[in-house]
Amino acid sequence: MTIQEVQNEIIEEFSMFEDWEERYQYMIDLGKTLPLIDEKYKTEDNIIKGCQSKVWVHADMNDDKVRFTADSDAIITKGIIAILIRAFSNQHPNDIIEANTDFIDKIGLKEHLSPTRANGLVSMIKQIKLYAIAYQTQLN
Amino acid sequence: MDLKVMLDVQKLRKDFPILNREVNGKPLVYFDNAATSQTPKQVIDVIIDYYSNYNANIHRGVHRLSQEATDAYEQARIKIQHHFNAKHAYEIIYTAGTTHSINLVANGFSSLLKKGDEIMVSALEHHSNIVPWQMLCERTGATLKVIPMNENGELVLSEFDSLLNEKTKLVFVNHISNALGTINPIEYIIEESHRVNAAVLVDGAQSCPHIKPDVQALDVDFYVCSAHKMCGPTGVGMLYGKEEWLKKLPPYQGGGEMIAEVSFEKTTYADLPHKFEAGTPNIAGGIAFGAAIDYMNSIGFENIANYENELLEYATEQLLQIDGLKIYGTAKNKTSVISFNVGNIHPYDIGTILDKMGIAVRTGHHCAQPIMDYYKIPGTIRASFMFYNTKEEIDLFIASLKKAILMLL
Repeated sequence: MTIQEVQNEIIEEFSMFEDWEERYQYMIDLGKTLPLIDEKYKTEDNIIKGCQSKVWVHADMNDDKVRFTADSDAIITKGIIAILIRAFSNQHPNDIIEANTDFIDKIGLKEHLSPTRANGLVSMIKQIKLYAIAYQTQLN
Repeated sequence: MDLKVMLDVQKLRKDFPILNREVNGKPLVYFDNAATSQTPKQVIDVIIDYYSNYNANIHRGVHRLSQEATDAYEQARIKIQHHFNAKHAYEIIYTAGTTHSINLVANGFSSLLKKGDEIMVSALEHHSNIVPWQMLCERTGATLKVIPMNENGELVLSEFDSLLNEKTKLVFVNHISNALGTINPIEYIIEESHRVNAAVLVDGAQSCPHIKPDVQALDVDFYVCSAHKMCGPTGVGMLYGKEEWLKKLPPYQGGGEMIAEVSFEKTTYADLPHKFEAGTPNIAGGIAFGAAIDYMNSIGFENIANYENELLEYATEQLLQIDGLKIYGTAKNKTSVISFNVGNIHPYDIGTILDKMGIAVRTGHHCAQPIMDYYKIPGTIRASFMFYNTKEEIDLFIASLKKAILMLL
């Protein structure tokens, strides 16, 4: 699936929730089930320190596709990470570079990507893009 | 006498337009008062009146508007002087707030300290009362000593006693801790520090909304606070300094207003307080600061403290009934601030869910990372109350918190 297709799928899933509680419960459950980042990648180099929560991101590339793993110490942040990874992981670096994050607005989670939240997610998206740029350079 | 009779909270709440609003479709429950308090219409009206009727630059105009603005601004300074019982109005320096006040003093001391001198700071400080002193130490070669805290969030005074010596030049401590609510024994700290001729700066950012400090009775050398924590506007605060100290400190910023005479060879600085008030100040803010002090005094600080203690006791009792909930900062002497965590749930998660239910609390390290490091936690959830909060709001908060825990566990 392309990034756009995955994002559309996520938007459709979220449209079935009736209120914020269902939406957040889903994210909390996602946060609990997110495959953890390999402990060896939870290093100081991979950490994004938000004022509120910490985020770890690791990337590697196989068959021209970038795979992301990540973790957070806060479960709602982790839930959003799970959604971001679902959208951006296992994609070609160039597709990741060109993709946008509008779908986060559409599923009612825009507030979590506000810099004032200081939860590390804004930096995480930047990091995802930077990894993609780096891997794209390798491919060129 | 029944306390509730002395404080008509429902009537007071009508003074605060913001308390009528909704958040996420729910009535706002504002428990982030330690970060900033809300503003009553009596203060908002003063700001509107200033800009609508007599907005002008102060101290230098001969025209009517400038005169009116100057009078109002200086009248507010006198209100602040009387409120804190300073000996002279010129010992009250208008600043942009607590952080600015602290930086002004720290900067001034860089010419008074030398290598080998010691300055002391408490373990309960806000970053704004740690970083300027670290910078001061870097500039001067002085050493920073820390008064440690205990498990209850109280300063260990025996350690303070043994750290204090002839080399100690300055001691900095907050009157009340922003993260834990502990009321520090500043009377003792001031008295002991003066025995070795060390000056004491007290950060009153968290105390001024709840108590009325008497700077002369305390014999404190510097006392600082922000208007926005005591029903005033943001961007204005004050530095109280004893005349002798303010005369010793060099000016902080150069500019208009702070000079007596200027030539390219030499500039003579203006007298207090203008020496420290370079440039056009926050005129409306200063006047509104005075109005905020009037407003709080019209309620009465004793009434405020009694009522807020009731809220604190009630909320503490309710919170402690929740399984796995731990309160940080259990000092005997504390104000209406409760910092807590529930089990291993991250404070950010609880804060996020509470926001969805219209409840505003603070989460994180509260700019007091050393305290969080002491307890080995990433942060806490902090609920802080003002006199306009109610027990009904606490009930709503507790019910919402229980729901958040259910969702997150």
